[in-house]
Amino acid sequence: MDKMPAWADAVLVPLISILIAAVLSALVIAALGMNPFEAFQLMVEGALMKSSGWGYTLYYATNFIFTGLAVAVAFHARMFNIGGEGQAQIGGLGVALACLFIPWPHWSLALIAATLAAALFGAAWAYIPAILQAKRGSHIVITTIMFNFIAAALINYVLVNLLRPAGAMEPATATFPAATSLPTFQQMFSTSETVLFRGSPANITFFIAVAACIGVWLLIWRTRLGYELRAFGFSETGAKYAGISPVKITVVSMLISGALAGLMAINATMGEAERLVLNASEGAGFIGIAVALMGRSHPVGVFLAALLFGFLYQGGAELAFWANIPRELVTVIQALVILFTGALDNLVRWPLERAFLAFRPKGAQ
Amino acid sequence: MDFATLLQLLESTIRMSTPLLLACLAGLFSERSGIFDIGLEGKMLIAAFFSAAIAYNTGNVWLGLLAGIGASLGLSAIHGLASITFRGNQLISGVALNFLASGITVLIAQSWYKQGGKTPTLTGGARLNEINLPLTETLRDVPVLGPIYAQVISGHAPLVYVAFLAVPATWWLLFRTRFGLRLRAVGEAPEAVDTAGISVIRLRYTAVAICGILCGIAGAYMATGLQPFFGKEMTAGRGYIALAALIFAKWRPWYALAACLLFGFLQAVAIRFQNFDLGAFTVPVQVMDALPYILTVVILAGFIGKAIPPRAGGTPYVKER
Amino acid sequence: MDPRMTESSPAPAIELKGISKAFGPVQANKDISIRVMPGTIHGIIGENGAGKSTLMSILYGFYKADSGEIRVNGNLKSITDSQAAIAAGIGMVFQHFKLVQNFTVLENVILGAEDGAMLRPSLDKARGELKRLAEDYELQVDPDALIENLSVGHQQRVEILKALYRQADILILDEPTGVLTPAEADHLFRILEGLRREGKTIILITHKLREIMEITDTVSVMRRGEMTATVKTAETSPEQLAELMVGRKVLLRVDKAPATPGAPILEIENLRHVDAHGVERLKGISLTVRKGEILGLAGVSGNGQSELLHVLGGMTNATGTIRVKGQEIDLTGKHSDGQSRRARGIAHVPEDRHHEGLILDYTAWENTIFGYHRDPEIQSGPFMNNAAIKAEAQAKMDRYDVRPPNPNLAAKNFSGGNQQKIVLAREIESDPDILLIGQPTRGVDIGAIEFIHQQIVALRDAGKAILLVSVELDEIFSLSDRIAVMFDGQIMGARLPSETNQTELGLLMAGVTEMPDKPIIEAVTEQMAAKAQREAARHD
Repeated sequence: MDKMPAWADAVLVPLISILIAAVLSALVIAALGMNPFEAFQLMVEGALMKSSGWGYTLYYATNFIFTGLAVAVAFHARMFNIGGEGQAQIGGLGVALACLFIPWPHWSLALIAATLAAALFGAAWAYIPAILQAKRGSHIVITTIMFNFIAAALINYVLVNLLRPAGAMEPATATFPAATSLPTFQQMFSTSETVLFRGSPANITFFIAVAACIGVWLLIWRTRLGYELRAFGFSETGAKYAGISPVKITVVSMLISGALAGLMAINATMGEAERLVLNASEGAGFIGIAVALMGRSHPVGVFLAALLFGFLYQGGAELAFWANIPRELVTVIQALVILFTGALDNLVRWPLERAFLAFRPKGAQ
Repeated sequence: MDFATLLQLLESTIRMSTPLLLACLAGLFSERSGIFDIGLEGKMLIAAFFSAAIAYNTGNVWLGLLAGIGASLGLSAIHGLASITFRGNQLISGVALNFLASGITVLIAQSWYKQGGKTPTLTGGARLNEINLPLTETLRDVPVLGPIYAQVISGHAPLVYVAFLAVPATWWLLFRTRFGLRLRAVGEAPEAVDTAGISVIRLRYTAVAICGILCGIAGAYMATGLQPFFGKEMTAGRGYIALAALIFAKWRPWYALAACLLFGFLQAVAIRFQNFDLGAFTVPVQVMDALPYILTVVILAGFIGKAIPPRAGGTPYVKER
Repeated sequence: MDPRMTESSPAPAIELKGISKAFGPVQANKDISIRVMPGTIHGIIGENGAGKSTLMSILYGFYKADSGEIRVNGNLKSITDSQAAIAAGIGMVFQHFKLVQNFTVLENVILGAEDGAMLRPSLDKARGELKRLAEDYELQVDPDALIENLSVGHQQRVEILKALYRQADILILDEPTGVLTPAEADHLFRILEGLRREGKTIILITHKLREIMEITDTVSVMRRGEMTATVKTAETSPEQLAELMVGRKVLLRVDKAPATPGAPILEIENLRHVDAHGVERLKGISLTVRKGEILGLAGVSGNGQSELLHVLGGMTNATGTIRVKGQEIDLTGKHSDGQSRRARGIAHVPEDRHHEGLILDYTAWENTIFGYHRDPEIQSGPFMNNAAIKAEAQAKMDRYDVRPPNPNLAAKNFSGGNQQKIVLAREIESDPDILLIGQPTRGVDIGAIEFIHQQIVALRDAGKAILLVSVELDEIFSLSDRIAVMFDGQIMGARLPSETNQTELGLLMAGVTEMPDKPIIEAVTEQMAAKAQREAARHD
């Protein structure tokens, strides 16, 4: 028996949770000695009121769409993939290898190859935790956390000892060849009279992210695999009854999840940095958790949540620049969003359920 | 490697193991009660900041320690609220609290000290001083054992000894007392505890609070003893290593000591030698960094003994109809 | 002062007055009153969901009643939690034991009843006390054994010991025999009689009439949250109790024509299955089900019936031979899963529809293809043809009279009977050659039972082979064309319903293959002892 309508659980609960997170964030800003409304205004101006701001907002959002979808797909199979960070970094390694060692004649070919490499490397990094979960019952949350650290150490080793150009001090690869440079929004949308998205890193990858949203939606709700994946997420014994292999679903959903996380690298590594650096994922793997929770693991929700976090990231940078509030403000907001939408959701749900029960029309069930 | 280097390495191992051990035992209490806690990192971090900040502001390291424990307990309370009272997802709560600590420490540090998210360096009474154990000087000249006692065992900050004494204390509490029996029971079968007329909620909150206190001590040691200041993200994944050690130790106190010493040793080696020369080949420092995590994955995979977590771990307790 | 206290008769050990409890819109208990005199065994009988367990949970402080009062030995008690119940001298043995699996018996017994902050004195005291209780009440159990290594019967003894160690004078047992073999149940009843002799008061909750008649002094009947009657056991009959339980004459005979069995469809030979703990659950099963017959498989639950269904349904591996229409099927590997079984014409209505037969969070229409979702007919290109599936689901729900007939409603929002109809519609309409059906009417309302039974018979008449597993002997009798009995992972024998009776089947269910000259209970006890010896030998 449902205690309240499905729409209330799907929309009202997360909305109120986010509202609470927002109010608390405002209090944090106020405690730092700034008027929260002014801070918000500053963020909006910097992130949304000019095209270059949008360029950054969409660039960050692209990262978060990928990592958010990655977490969301795993959530549907009732798995918590905290390893997006490591998978994205290893995806970056794939991108770097594809861009550095094959002389591509055109960026479009390089993009296809880099996309495949990013997905493949990300999926491979998710495969080991997945197979350990499926075959040996190792808790995937713990193994994916461990794999984040192992990935960081591995990338560190590869950059310092193998891919660092001779004579360079910084642990990073050489800059990718010019032919692999992806079209930015500035190149794509500026006309001879007006320059749009000036200097901002948003690039063609954004459209791949949008395509990924559509792809994930089709996968989850329109295919047999998605049907099996959700069924497995709801009930493992049920899945067994229906002849759905737990090993297959665990592995396949984590491969898809890892591939999506890996794809983030085409935006950050190929589109923006144009070389592989240490910690190329910059915490986006973790933000994916907040994005998926807030977006209720639905691609539309993930897209909107990613936009919001893109805005927060860019707005946060503006605040850091103009108001001397550290960028860690965004980390705090992110923490509050995760806490209230993912862990303290019953704080909102239970009173709402009581309210709906109290106002239930007499005679109805 | 000569004897002096070895001593240095062991001395460093003791120091590096201390925060791991405290956090690991903290996790042990929480997880034995059925509450998963991947927020050890965040609790250590927030404790590190507040202990350093209050120690600096008051000039008294002990007030700093109290502040650190208080801050860590604050996060514990939120974790308890989310996981026990509101039956939320314990893993997600832990993740959120890690971010909260990571962000809020820098925000406040910047707001208070304007030094890019760190505190000023602690001096004098704001710092945790090292104490020499009795007989250190008398025994110094005894061959082999004397230097070991003087250099490796003696001459640490008091919190180091607290950490190592916490191991037998935890063991005793867990396996010899009524509280320990109930704590172990509530992580395995909360329904048995409930029907026996004991409050599951109170037990779990107690465990989570003990976890907060121990993480608080761990963080305070890091920012007033191991280093004389707080720096951004200074716990650097130690909370996760402690978690790894806990799994490695199969949720047992003495095993936890062994695991933390091993992981502490790896950290000490990684600091002392950039690349560890084993004669035939050199081990890159990154391998040393990754080794605790790799070992944990191997343990989790059950290739060397199986790590079975407390049965009711991670699931909120609901009375069944 | 309670006026009754002045009378010569003692106050009731337990008196409930006007207890009511609602869970949201569901009224679980309505104005319930009972009096149980000290030193007696009082039975509470009723169907699943009649509110028995809720009432006892209120008495044990698990739930707070919305209204009403509880008196223990004449004194008004406010039982707000288990602690208060224990203090009032009430002990409870739950249907699902509340034991810590990796603790010893001793540790479980003292948990919550320790004498001080240190464990040692409590453990020593409990060891002595357990020895005494074992001698007084036939409650032998090794105090240092880990619970996970004990048999179900012994675990139940630990639960009783826990209550007695806490000085309980009033013992509540919730469906205590559901998981026991007949011999274990018999031993339990001897224990209960011993407790009664010592002046303890016992409340026995069950849905088995035989147990009520055998051991209780008085009995209350519950139906749909209400107490319909309280009578002296000696003055009632099973027929009367049954009628009080269900509210009308039970009509369990199903109208069906005699079977006309054809060729063997499902042939099982020497089937063996070892579970994850290394225990052999199926010990060489051989069975044949023919076209156009219902083979009923009777047995106490936990004797391998579930495992047999799981093997046949492709949910777990086995060794041996299974032939479907003469063709052998794989029992391990890639081609031994639910999908492959369905492809071979085996449909499966599982025993546990909440965890197996349905995805409760899926809508009704999504559930109507569960297990058949890879069927090429419902795909269009790489995608599933959801519109067609929904339309088909609507039609099925109409045909099977699923209420409410809304395919977009989540399965969890349907009643037990309607959920079962959704599963049944899906499995029957997949047009199988063989239907496996486990506990078809468990937790199903009376109205739906008749419908479900009719569907099963109709499928038989359409020439399908049906394997029916049920722990309800009445259901087995009224539906089956042939009855096989399972005990301890083996088939004890097969009978025609017309040539057997409940007594003979009861013996077979207890593992006795020959009609003995001795009294039944004795024969069963010997059989159990022999089994225990075999097991002990295996452990050495």
